[in-house]
Amino acid sequence: MEIDPLIFRLSIFILSIFVGYYVVWSVTPSLHTPLMSVTNAISSVIIVGAIIAGLSGNSDSVFNTSSIFGFLAIALAAINIFGGFLVTQRMLAMYKKKKKEKK
Amino acid sequence: MISANLSAIFYLISGVLFILALRGLSSPETSRQGNFFGILGMIIAVTVTFLSIGNFSSGFVFVLIFILVGGSIGAFIAYRIPMTAMPELVAGFHSLVGLAAVFVAISAFLNPAAFNLGMPGNIKLGSLIEMSIGAAVGAITFSGSVIAFLKLQGIMSGSPITFKGQHPLNAIILISIIALIYLLCSTQSSNLFWILLAVSFLIGFLIIIPIGGADMPVVISMLNSYSGWAAAGIGFTLENTALIITGALVGSSGAILSYIMCKGMNRSFFNVILGGFGATDEKSSGSSKEQRPVKSGNADDAAFLMKNASSVIIVPGYGMAVAQAQHALREMVDTLKKNDIKVSYAIHPVAGRMPGHMNVLLAEANVPYDEVFELEEINNDFANADVAFVIGANDVTNPVAKTDPQSPIYGMPVLDVEKCKSVLFVKRSLSPGYAGIDNDLFYKENTLMLFADAKKMTEDITKNL
Repeated sequence: MEIDPLIFRLSIFILSIFVGYYVVWSVTPSLHTPLMSVTNAISSVIIVGAIIAGLSGNSDSVFNTSSIFGFLAIALAAINIFGGFLVTQRMLAMYKKKKKEKK
Repeated sequence: MISANLSAIFYLISGVLFILALRGLSSPETSRQGNFFGILGMIIAVTVTFLSIGNFSSGFVFVLIFILVGGSIGAFIAYRIPMTAMPELVAGFHSLVGLAAVFVAISAFLNPAAFNLGMPGNIKLGSLIEMSIGAAVGAITFSGSVIAFLKLQGIMSGSPITFKGQHPLNAIILISIIALIYLLCSTQSSNLFWILLAVSFLIGFLIIIPIGGADMPVVISMLNSYSGWAAAGIGFTLENTALIITGALVGSSGAILSYIMCKGMNRSFFNVILGGFGATDEKSSGSSKEQRPVKSGNADDAAFLMKNASSVIIVPGYGMAVAQAQHALREMVDTLKKNDIKVSYAIHPVAGRMPGHMNVLLAEANVPYDEVFELEEINNDFANADVAFVIGANDVTNPVAKTDPQSPIYGMPVLDVEKCKSVLFVKRSLSPGYAGIDNDLFYKENTLMLFADAKKMTEDITKNL
């Protein structure tokens, strides 16, 4: 009997939870806020589904009920991707080590 | 158009890049590189999606337009947002992930053929289960995050909203969600799908309203976790590895942060979620409040004490964020350092309104991160320090947590501020903190209360130094 592909996806899922567990424990507490903003940004990879949904219409009608929801989801996810990565970048740029005084 | 196998491999690569993005955060030096990996992973995932659809018709233009519109809004927000508003921003972003998950699920439900999931009214059972779980969790994330956002933004009162029969009601709704998913899968009825969404929105709202302002670190972390599980649910529906890996990463990340925050308050997760903490305790403390003498001083006294100290530890809290005092604080510390006074910062795990909130604010004010210490690292140093400067923190310094088993915060790890030779406590009034209990520290012999706005007081001290 063949193994259902769902089982493989489930394996990836479970193993990723463990990877996440160990990786996140190694995150230094002072970077917990950037951690939240970056997880926010990467969870917006859901845009992949949104793009498929947005392009689900045929060439005659780009917009149908299903694709409109897709387009809205694209916009929402895009806000998150750009906003999340940029704000993380902005925060991380502020973390500096002790240096000789500049001014 | 590229083959499904090839695109699956690229999705796997972007999943691995996301893992590296989180891995980079283990130290500030590698963190920027980590963020770059995250961006790269996202670019790969989006590009591969376009290539695998291979449909560059008019629809494609609209996809780009929507990405551009959303992207510019996101970029605009990212550059404009003040660092003190980071908790609101993150809560807002969580709500968007939740809503996007709901929209994708709706779209897949209405047009399953586009996703290879079967036909409307006859969707593959497994896909339908995954889809409805993703949609329900997404909806809960959305409405919960909206409430968290409103509470953090101050549009909605931060105090817990409780009513009779709240917990039984929530329990009934949660059970009905499971029942709805079961019925939906057996009947494929679209009405049930809409009801499921409506009920999930409702429960998200009901779960968050009884939770008070200072528990927000737990709530935000929890919603972070939910947004991950929602993404994973959709990932299963779309059979997309990148989404499944990311969902699992984000889900466990949020769960760990919630655990750390709960431990920082010595409360169980359920205790926080069941809520109503601040509301019940305020009443009990009101009656037993007697007038005890406090010593209060002005900026001059504080400056005198600090000038004669050889080491100072600064304890920032949410009040510092509210008063936007981080820059003034940094200037004060600069002056202290010029006088050869050793200064370090002590940060309690739950200081502020989200995990790591204080660290970001101090970093914004150019405080080097190697002067900033976590509770366990610095707690023993208080005994050797001359002055503790508490600015905007309260409950996290309360010695009652160590001495009085009756106290609601008993057992919570606190900073041993009272062991310092003298304590300067910047606060606007003597009012109790969030937990609704008096802070014994106010009445200690070696405590000097500085009643003023945190920013103004810090500036005045700097002038007097």
